[in-house]
Amino acid sequence: MSATTTAGSVPGPAKDASVARRLGRRRHRTNLIIEALCVIATVIGLLLLASILLTLLWRGAAGLGLHIFTTTTKPPGSHGGLLNAIVGTLIQTGIATLLGTPIGLMVGTYLAEYGGGGALANTVRFVSDVLLSAPSILIGLFIYQLAVEPFGGFSGIAGCLALAVIVIPIVVRTTEDMLRLIPTALREAAAGLGAPKWKVITLICYRAALDGIVTGVLLAVARIAGETAPLLFTSLGNLNWSTSLREPMSSLPVTIYQYAGSAFEDWVQLAWVGALLITIGVLALNVVARFALRRS
Amino acid sequence: MSETMSEQTASFGGVQARAGGPINEARIAIRNLDFYYGSNRALKSINLDLPDKQVTGMIGPSGCGKSTLLRTLNRMYDLYPGQRATGEAMMDGENIIAPDVDLNALRAKIGMVFQKPTPFPMTIYDNIAFGVKLHERLSKSAMDERVEWSLTRAALWEEVKDRLNTSAMGLSGGQQQRLCIARTIAVRPEVILFDEPTSALDPISTLKVEELIDELKHDFTIAIVTHNMQQAARCADQVAFFYLGEMVEVDTAAKMFTAPQQRRTQEYITGRFG
Amino acid sequence: MQQAATIAGLASGRRRTAIGDPIFAALARVAGVFVLLLLGSLILSLFIGGLPAFRAFGAGFLTSTAWDPVHQAFGAAVSVYGTLITSILALIFAVPLAFGIAFYLTELAPAWLRRPIGTAIELLAAVPSIIYGMWGFFVIVPIMSQYIEPWIISLFDGSIEFTLAGMDIQFPEVPILEDLFSGPPFGTGLATAAMILAVMVIPFIAATMRDVFDTVPAVYKESAYGVGCTTWEVMRSIVLPYTRVSVVGGIMLGLGRALGETMAVTFVIGNADRISSSLFSSGNTIASIVALEFPESPAGSLKLASLLALGFILFVISFIVLAISRYLLRPKLKV
Repeated sequence: MSATTTAGSVPGPAKDASVARRLGRRRHRTNLIIEALCVIATVIGLLLLASILLTLLWRGAAGLGLHIFTTTTKPPGSHGGLLNAIVGTLIQTGIATLLGTPIGLMVGTYLAEYGGGGALANTVRFVSDVLLSAPSILIGLFIYQLAVEPFGGFSGIAGCLALAVIVIPIVVRTTEDMLRLIPTALREAAAGLGAPKWKVITLICYRAALDGIVTGVLLAVARIAGETAPLLFTSLGNLNWSTSLREPMSSLPVTIYQYAGSAFEDWVQLAWVGALLITIGVLALNVVARFALRRS
Repeated sequence: MSETMSEQTASFGGVQARAGGPINEARIAIRNLDFYYGSNRALKSINLDLPDKQVTGMIGPSGCGKSTLLRTLNRMYDLYPGQRATGEAMMDGENIIAPDVDLNALRAKIGMVFQKPTPFPMTIYDNIAFGVKLHERLSKSAMDERVEWSLTRAALWEEVKDRLNTSAMGLSGGQQQRLCIARTIAVRPEVILFDEPTSALDPISTLKVEELIDELKHDFTIAIVTHNMQQAARCADQVAFFYLGEMVEVDTAAKMFTAPQQRRTQEYITGRFG
Repeated sequence: MQQAATIAGLASGRRRTAIGDPIFAALARVAGVFVLLLLGSLILSLFIGGLPAFRAFGAGFLTSTAWDPVHQAFGAAVSVYGTLITSILALIFAVPLAFGIAFYLTELAPAWLRRPIGTAIELLAAVPSIIYGMWGFFVIVPIMSQYIEPWIISLFDGSIEFTLAGMDIQFPEVPILEDLFSGPPFGTGLATAAMILAVMVIPFIAATMRDVFDTVPAVYKESAYGVGCTTWEVMRSIVLPYTRVSVVGGIMLGLGRALGETMAVTFVIGNADRISSSLFSSGNTIASIVALEFPESPAGSLKLASLLALGFILFVISFIVLAISRYLLRPKLKV
């Protein structure tokens, strides 16, 4: 037994240093094991990311060439490219952003500036979150019911609508968050000069929150550029060259989907190239958006 | 309280309060003003005149209602539901508190400079032009003149005249506050309300702003809320002391700081509380 | 030009400036209502589109495992089963990994590493799901088929036997696990789909956990360290209890994501129309069956209606999960 404590009035057995040491060693061991597991988990996560990126680079770069950007998709064995797919994605993504951003901006403005904590605003906020997390395939089915079936055909504009529905809640969320960050002093200064509320919002608040809002839009673009499922039910994909919004329109994700599952080697190779292109674009947008946000 | 008032010298904290001169006619006459945050009565039956083209200082411990009174005068509380005012604040024969008043026009006549400098996210030139464009249509050259005039009167022109088209966010704190002052006077108000304008500034900028206020009072009626009594003593012609939502005493600056009538005023000024 | 103060000065001119505010406010409100209408019409269109199927099959739609275009008999059971199994399995894989990553990022990593690793994990979340599908199909499936699946199957079916130090050792047939991991090792199937989903969902859960762990006030952690706790003990006794509710909310958010995932799953799930006991068997999720069967579903057909009905069911499931997650993640009231 070890020495007793000097505070003789403390009840219970005396402090036993060897018990404490043994416990301490065991606890220390447990801690080390858990920490090691966490490091392993992080390494696994990073390895997975590396595996995906490296696979893309290795398989995709092999098929890269100028013809990708200059030739349209062709039947297997005809040395086709991805031109119409790339253009189709650019068109649909662009129009969807143009359609969805103003609506999302206004809804975000409503939530931050007019609705506050009222019942209607809370409902709108909740609904926006539901749309944000809703499976994109359901949005595709919805637009199919709305814009494809009644009009008897798949079309590029239906694809734009489906993507716009995905854009809206993303922009709503960022706009509301950014507007809320604006200090009341700035608003009061503008109001104090005699500016009506709508001018305070459009001339002062939007400008102050611009960086954040642009980031939100960039992230939305990155998201819809890679979406496949909604387009399967709306713009369907088109192996011929077409920029008409009333016809089915090609897009990179849908083309990748069709090519990757095919039995033709050159098509599978093109699928990898397309996958590489999309990933580079999406990751680049993300990196730009995040660094823009950090700067502001 | 043993010391008699007559034994106190006419200086306060080493700073001479300005000699008591005549107080002008009221530009704004406040009568029986009450203010409520919800059901909480924050201002109780305020009666105060703001004399024309002179500075009224408003002092008192934190939370006594002086900022609330200021924000009542330009109806800033209208932005927030649950806040309301009753009573009268008469200016040119109209009651500022009345519901049918055009707020945007009112705020062009009564301007406010806030505690925290709030430059708008735009160029220096646009900052000044922003308020003017709300109420007037000026040609480019007239606007240039107005911008130069405002910045000159705010003692900022020399420092920024070569970079009018750069962002206002690049100015120092003191410069930003003078920019806000320039912005406020650019719309040619008749009354300017200062809500603790120098509490966020360094001593040199504070001095510059105080000199500015001294200049500005030749053209504008000024009310300034400050928790710094020396500032009130330096700047104000008339001083009102507030305590717990009531206006305890109002008098010329000289009398206020040498021979205040109310006990609470005396205690506050001698630093017993607040 | 001085602004003259006229008797009517303050009250007039109100008409002039008063138009802008009501118009803008109305626009904002209309936009808000538009979003409500958007979701409402989405729900409605799925329901109305699926109505023929609901009417034809009744409540049995949910329990029927049929999927027979020839005889026009369709049921939701196979895909609902697949959706739930893959998502829950995905969570089982993802949550420990995500926790490990979050723990590492918030407590263990040196300061200079936190931002890059955090960004890398966030980039994982940004990769489009079709990329995951391709990677899953071309990289993971062969690995599963050639190495992992055969090994696990043999672990439980009694086929491993060898001699060690003179003793004959034979692994027994383990009753339940044997059925759970059986069948030809195609590489595709429910288990593979669950793993791909897990990889997709890890960054979401890890990011939520990391954000939530960071909200614990330093004072609490310091008091635990002060009595001599190890880092793990601080996490276990202070951080996790403090953030428990939000952590579950984050997990449910990941679950919601996994439930609706289409492209990653479609490539690797194998597209079969029956429920089998083995996790290595092929199957379908609601999302994958809709994606795969849609091209062959003519407009107005019962098959299409069944797909829309399945979509409606998926929406209901995701909605419930999302609502729970949002409730759990709501900001704590400031005291």
